[in-house]
Amino acid sequence: MKKIECIIKPFKLEEVKDALNDLEIQGMTVSEVKGFGRQKGHTELYRGSEYVVDFLPKVKLEVVLKDSMVEKAVETIVSSAKTGNIGDGKIFVTSIDECIRIRTGEKGESAI
Amino acid sequence: MMTFILLNGATAFAAEKAPLSLEANAKAIEAVQKNADFVWTLMAAFLVFFMQAGFAMVEAGFTRAKNAINILLKNLMDFGMGAIAFWAVGFGLMFGATKTGFFGTSDFFLASLNGGADPWGLAFWMFQVVFAAVAATIVSGAVAERTKFVAYLFYSIIITAFIYPVFGSWAWGSLYHGGGWLEALGFIDFAGSTVVHSVGGWAALAGAIVLGPRLGKYGKGGESIPIPGHNMPLAALGVFILWFGWYGFNPGSTTTASMDIAGIAVNTTLAGAAGAVMAMITAWFKFKKPDVGMSLNGALAGLVGITAGCANVTPLSSIIIGLIAGFIVVIAVVFIDRIRIDDPVGAIAVHGVCGAWGTFAAGLFNIGGTSLTILGVQLAGIGAAFAWSFTVSLIMFKLIDMTIGMRVSPEEEMQGLDFGEHGTNAYPDFQITTIRT
Repeated sequence: MKKIECIIKPFKLEEVKDALNDLEIQGMTVSEVKGFGRQKGHTELYRGSEYVVDFLPKVKLEVVLKDSMVEKAVETIVSSAKTGNIGDGKIFVTSIDECIRIRTGEKGESAI
Repeated sequence: MMTFILLNGATAFAAEKAPLSLEANAKAIEAVQKNADFVWTLMAAFLVFFMQAGFAMVEAGFTRAKNAINILLKNLMDFGMGAIAFWAVGFGLMFGATKTGFFGTSDFFLASLNGGADPWGLAFWMFQVVFAAVAATIVSGAVAERTKFVAYLFYSIIITAFIYPVFGSWAWGSLYHGGGWLEALGFIDFAGSTVVHSVGGWAALAGAIVLGPRLGKYGKGGESIPIPGHNMPLAALGVFILWFGWYGFNPGSTTTASMDIAGIAVNTTLAGAAGAVMAMITAWFKFKKPDVGMSLNGALAGLVGITAGCANVTPLSSIIIGLIAGFIVVIAVVFIDRIRIDDPVGAIAVHGVCGAWGTFAAGLFNIGGTSLTILGVQLAGIGAAFAWSFTVSLIMFKLIDMTIGMRVSPEEEMQGLDFGEHGTNAYPDFQITTIRT
């Protein structure tokens, strides 16, 4: 089992979600995060004084899936989340040791 | 006249017993006018009361969420404690009979009005108490986010019981039982650019100076670091409410139901509008973008600016007064910040500085013509207000600081006054708590 953790631009979430649903992914978790990579922050103005906002709003999407689906899922995320501009985000893939369904107690791939 | 008497005669016949005479008619007309005076003055008082909501929203919007409850409670207490302090002591000092022309010595605890001997006195008190509360609440914005709640309560009582009414007696005492040296000179301040706004503004200045700036407001090199307010929609709502209330503040100061109200309302409107526009343009030039906070301050500046002269200047003059106020307020906000006096909402610039401008403008743009004497008297009033309000407030704040302390601890300031002073949170839903439902 693998976990895909990706950081994407917030307005891309719907597109990525729909594309993953087409692949029959069973579910996902989304969090609102802030961060930066090479995309610089910006300055804002308040009553004549400037301040810097370094951390830009992003969305983190986490999906756990069977090893066999990872390649397709990554391809899908890349094509739906890309804009071509700096700040599009990153995808990380890690291994999952165990997965348990709370309602039934199932374990392993069938619990995903 | 004959028709009137005939018509009246007809109704008198129908009513059976009404006496038919010019005298009786005149009395009846007088009574209607008097009742209308009451209705108008009280409606205006209720409008000005609503300005408390305006101040609360402006101040909450321009400050951080972690201090929202503190701001709201300070505003509530400005009225709560202020109304009682004004009933007990303030009204008497301001409008009681006087020998000196410097303060009143009767009408404490509204003693003369208990038992309803003078219903007008009650209406007049109602109108005046809401003005006193406005002066008090002006300060709460300037001292926001770092003042001990108890210290603020002390201040609030002292300003409504003493600082505000004493100066008020100099300019407005004769409106009831008193009389003041300043009004005897011919001082023009119809609705209170100086009496209310400058008195509040200079007290705010004293408070901000004694308190010192918020933590993190000024950097190592003295540069101003923005601490953005947490809710611009609330701030804007507050300004609109204040503007609405101003239609009680200015036209209401006639305390009579007369046609004068129209012109005063027009002047008020035009000055506020001009102030907003000019502040927006000024800030646009200075900072390259139109700024909502400065524009909101500009509207208030225009309204403060016209408050003194709303009954003795033309509509065109009102626009000019508003334009200049809108310009001045932006410059003043920046200047006050530059000399490292931290005023989170711009109260000193809006109420103190523009109050002084409005008072001077009332002499300058006087419909009957201006003169050096007129301007001199206006300046005397402006100076006296500053000397009295700033000095007494400074002493008061210093004394409070030396006894119970004005300022919260740095740890408390960082965590937020809502938790430190009130043990609670304005937006508890945004936390994770142990509540299980």
